Amino acid sequence: MILPAHEIVSTAEGLGISHVVWLPDSALGPWESELLGSRKLSLVRVCREGEAWTIAAGLQLGGKRPLVVIQCTGMFESGDALRNVLFDLRLPLFAVIGYRGFLVPGSTDSARHYTEPVLKAWGIDYVLIDSPKAAPKLAEHYRACQAAGRAGVALVAEGKG
Amino acid sequence: MDKHDQSSRRSDAGMPLVPALEVLLRLRTDQIVVTTMGSARDWPKLSKHPLDFHYIPSAMGHAPMLALGLALAQPAREVIAFNGDGCMLMSLGCLVTVTASGAKNLTLIVLENGVYEVTGGQATAAGAARADFAALARGAGFESVAAFSDLAEWTKRAADTLALPGPRFVLLKVARVADYDLTSPGPMVERIARFRAALGTG
Repeated sequence: MILPAHEIVSTAEGLGISHVVWLPDSALGPWESELLGSRKLSLVRVCREGEAWTIAAGLQLGGKRPLVVIQCTGMFESGDALRNVLFDLRLPLFAVIGYRGFLVPGSTDSARHYTEPVLKAWGIDYVLIDSPKAAPKLAEHYRACQAAGRAGVALVAEGKG
Repeated sequence: MDKHDQSSRRSDAGMPLVPALEVLLRLRTDQIVVTTMGSARDWPKLSKHPLDFHYIPSAMGHAPMLALGLALAQPAREVIAFNGDGCMLMSLGCLVTVTASGAKNLTLIVLENGVYEVTGGQATAAGAARADFAALARGAGFESVAAFSDLAEWTKRAADTLALPGPRFVLLKVARVADYDLTSPGPMVERIARFRAALGTG
């Protein structure tokens, strides 16, 4: 696993994240027990990924620091909610998105194929975390996006996801 | 099963929308109120409260989750979210998300008129399905559920309903409004700045 549970939790805590709003996939799911064990993070479970962006928007308007955690397929599902909160409300929300299929050589997974083009089409500033060495990019990118007042995404490379 | 069932008998006609909103207006103190779609058309004409957040344009289906985020962020405040029945159908799962969150300070009021007003009054799928929104809320685990189709009954019981343990789900069967004219209450960035200032989070 590129980002083990203890690392995502310590990173989120270090960034001052208050709430993790998530719908996990099989690669992100193992983070659950560590997230629940954190005294600084509240875990909010959603039924569809679109809910996550809008809950995060309400949290941020209410003075908290949310982090959205979903799979790239959930990003596709949540397009209208994402559009609304990032571009109509102009809230600098941040998401960690599992990048299904990225680590599978020769993957023909459509989720793998369309993830980055969709992020580019939305104009969302993202970084790719494709190895353990790249893990620090998550915190660096979060801080840079918050400082600039813009939304951001950290793509976390996965296998089949 | 809900713990506090306040449902009244429903009629097909429904109560007039604006008087139904005025009932809540008279009871409203310092709650956050989130509106969208039909409620965002009429509530701003009645209320200029700094804790009103009109979730428009183009946020159909999203208002309950914005309200939930606010409720989780501001647990000492009560949050009231208006939602249309068409909006509700777009995101029924959010009923479960609300109850799973543990938030107690949220009241979700669904205005059921059976149609999509914004697109000219086409029927929602709920009518053909004979869907019962209050029953869906009960099944999702809302602590308190109430349904009203009569304005006098809603007027009489609104205060008690809002005092029930949360999260609360209130279904108001309302009459259709023929002319849909939703005017933006102003630039979103400015509205957000005012709202944050009122919350003390700006």
